[in-house]
Amino acid sequence: MTDVAESSTSELAYGRTEWDDYHHLPTNTGLTNEKITMWSFLGSDCLLFGSLISTYLLLRNRVGPATSGPTAADLFDIPFTSVSSFVLLMSSLTMVLAVTSIQRAEMERCKLWLLTTAALGAIFIAGQVYEFTSFYREGLGFTTNISSSAFYTLTGFHGVHVSLGIVMLVTMWALVSGGQLGPERAETIEIIGLYWHFVDIVWIVIFAVVYLIP
Amino acid sequence: METVAASEEEAHEEHHDHGLSDVGYIKIALILGVLTAVEVATYFWDFGILEVPSLLILMVVKFQIVVSYFMHLKFDSKVFTYVFVTGLILACAVFAAMGTSMVFWQNPSGCDLSAFC
Repeated sequence: MTDVAESSTSELAYGRTEWDDYHHLPTNTGLTNEKITMWSFLGSDCLLFGSLISTYLLLRNRVGPATSGPTAADLFDIPFTSVSSFVLLMSSLTMVLAVTSIQRAEMERCKLWLLTTAALGAIFIAGQVYEFTSFYREGLGFTTNISSSAFYTLTGFHGVHVSLGIVMLVTMWALVSGGQLGPERAETIEIIGLYWHFVDIVWIVIFAVVYLIP
Repeated sequence: METVAASEEEAHEEHHDHGLSDVGYIKIALILGVLTAVEVATYFWDFGILEVPSLLILMVVKFQIVVSYFMHLKFDSKVFTYVFVTGLILACAVFAAMGTSMVFWQNPSGCDLSAFC
């Protein structure tokens, strides 16, 4: 009881405030609301990408009588996309290293891994921009045919997810650098990491189903 | 207050028990890299009838590894697994529904999809 009484004061242990304590209330499940929310979001995002991948698979070879032009599959540069995929895959490693670093209170190392992850994500996005540009120059625009619309919508949505992830990573880096995010809030980095890994597993599916399976 | 500090410390240590060491994560990433290389190899070499099944199996294995180890589902509460798997099952249901409604259940009088393309 004494602990409860003491914890109601405005300044708690380790410099935590009542605001912090409010946001880490014990829950019925014993799990934090933030983490459950992120997993719920990722579960719902499966539906988004499931529908986009389904749409592409149904329309991948359909050009239509009123439209013409190549399909995306005609223009794929598999070696180039393979390198992009590998870069995104390795960004998952650097992300998980950032999480373990902050859990061990190794803040400098955490900042380094966060920036590395963001940089690898930026390389992936640069590759996607290059791919889209080269496809456009080859005559495959968003409205060229129904197949190209499905392709650009799917890969574009994934690219937006990666871009948002980069923004979150840079924000985390800034917060860690400013001392506003310490080891006691390692779960925040972990939750951002969950999002980043999800973006990676979506690309694992897209790379196999869209690019590699003939 | 000491009780609170002690329980937080225990929780912190317990958290460290979850997941792998840094070296373990690097090994996982190397495995993922090798699996990706095998995937890409199917583009350069003809795997015949095994190509599509092998690509699908590799995709599922990579997916499972990232979710289990990098996303800690293997070590975390089963609640997260249930939440995520529910989303995955619904996504598969969406795929099945679209496939059946647009491909298998076409109007006998003509192709439904041809109206759009």
